[in-house]
Amino acid sequence: MTTAGGSKWTRHLLLTLFSLLMLYPVIWWVGASLKKTEELSLPTLWPSTPMWENYANGWRFSGEYTFGHFFANTLLMELGNVVGGVLTAAVVAYGFGRLNFKFRGFWFSILLLTMMLPGQVTVVPQYILFNKLNLVDSYVPLVVPHFFGGGAFFIFLLVQFIRGIPRDLDEAAKIDGASVYGIFLRIVFPLIKPALVTVGIFTFIWSWDDFFAQVLYLSSVDKFTVGLALRMFIDQFDIQWGQLLAMSLLSVLPSVVLFFLAQKHFVEGIATTGLKG
Amino acid sequence: MFISPWLIGFLLLTLWPIAQSFYLSFTEYSLLSESVWTGTANYAKIFAEDATFAKSLSVTFLFVLFSVPLKLLFSLLVAMALNRNMRGMNLYRTAFYFPSLIGGSIAVAALWRSMFGIDGYVNQVLAWFGIPGVGWISNPDTSLATLILLNTWQFGSTMVIFLAGLKQIPQELYESASVDGAGAVRKFFRITLPMLSPVMFFNLVLGVIGSFQTFTSAFIITKGGPVNSTYMYALFLYEKAFKHYQMGYASALAWILLAIVALLTAINFAASRYWVFYESEGGKPG
Repeated sequence: MTTAGGSKWTRHLLLTLFSLLMLYPVIWWVGASLKKTEELSLPTLWPSTPMWENYANGWRFSGEYTFGHFFANTLLMELGNVVGGVLTAAVVAYGFGRLNFKFRGFWFSILLLTMMLPGQVTVVPQYILFNKLNLVDSYVPLVVPHFFGGGAFFIFLLVQFIRGIPRDLDEAAKIDGASVYGIFLRIVFPLIKPALVTVGIFTFIWSWDDFFAQVLYLSSVDKFTVGLALRMFIDQFDIQWGQLLAMSLLSVLPSVVLFFLAQKHFVEGIATTGLKG
Repeated sequence: MFISPWLIGFLLLTLWPIAQSFYLSFTEYSLLSESVWTGTANYAKIFAEDATFAKSLSVTFLFVLFSVPLKLLFSLLVAMALNRNMRGMNLYRTAFYFPSLIGGSIAVAALWRSMFGIDGYVNQVLAWFGIPGVGWISNPDTSLATLILLNTWQFGSTMVIFLAGLKQIPQELYESASVDGAGAVRKFFRITLPMLSPVMFFNLVLGVIGSFQTFTSAFIITKGGPVNSTYMYALFLYEKAFKHYQMGYASALAWILLAIVALLTAINFAASRYWVFYESEGGKPG
């Protein structure tokens, strides 16, 4: 094989060009969010004069509520989702990964099967259930599933991770008189913390983007998430595209920041789970 | 018991709804009144009378047929280009993953809508090259293609899985192939593809299941239009259930979706015997 310097630079050049092509819509997005409406239909990447007002006006677009309100709503929901998702996944994965009980293999394959089940099959009865309990138009239908193992994928991820931890540690603790709970709290939980960070970030990003559930269960503007507020924006008669793009850009910021904070973690997390199927 | 949170959730939020949805699919139910048993009327109506069902199913099939292979091919190529120990690989990886990070959000749907509008950015760039623009989203011939493009753009997680698979292929295989005088193309078909086939299979199965349920992009960007050219199955089902409140009918649609997805997955598994190579089963490939 040739590993001449030339081929290496060609590779870099191609990859850089390709990255730029991939990120081009994003670069355009940043520029467009600062454009006047008339300027949006020009083929320029950057506005002649940046309209920072797009951000200020977009923030207050609806009059009654600002985007601050919608961000607070979404973050509140996310708090529940992340806490519920992480705790449940840790506890359940410990059960599957370490304890012996009847039909463990059976339940585990059921868990894997639910990952492939199209959500459309359960959504109607779930809606009917929450409707009967008078919980539609609240965050309960969005948050509660996370407390009951809604993230089968995360449980699976953690089970793989826990199986990789040497059992000797458990045995040693058992000899010292630790119960299963003690082993979980003092040995396994601290060791799986890095994986739990991944689960937390995934849960955050996915439920931030889970537009379907939000549009289904939240109907009063007061409770709207950022995604629903954006949709309200899009459905206006006379769309202020600059403002809309500005707010859209803000709406992806939390996920992007989280991603960069834990990037290495994150990509490897997907990779290892993806493979051990 | 440690698994009880999941078990309770499974029984109450998955198993019971599955059973109930099956029952509802044989009834007429609007949330307000009691459900009325109508036997197989829903199914009969769907298959015999509902033109929208046939339309949305064919749109969805078309979408899956194009976007799944495109995404697989694209992410495999990029993963192979990235599978080198070179400086800056993490940076590229992040750049390629970035669209997937934000891709499913409503924000990107808004972005797509403005870029592919009649006087949107894409047409402006085409005008430079003297190509007359079309209303990508308002034209029924191109609207689905814009959604397929958006889906393909989010190839990041598929790529990352391929990349991990590539890293697990033993280097010795390539080295001994080189000794035997095999070229790059031969190595790709005799080593890379067979060794990667389980990962390819995993991505294929999940890709088919996932793209069958595409909702947000069709809901926001095109609203299913124009003339139903992007009326994806998930959107059709959503509107039947939560706009027209035909819960029974929607449940029947959901069961048809489940049957189709299960059938395709079964076909995938059956076909995998002929092309997926598991190391433990046989000797060296090639």
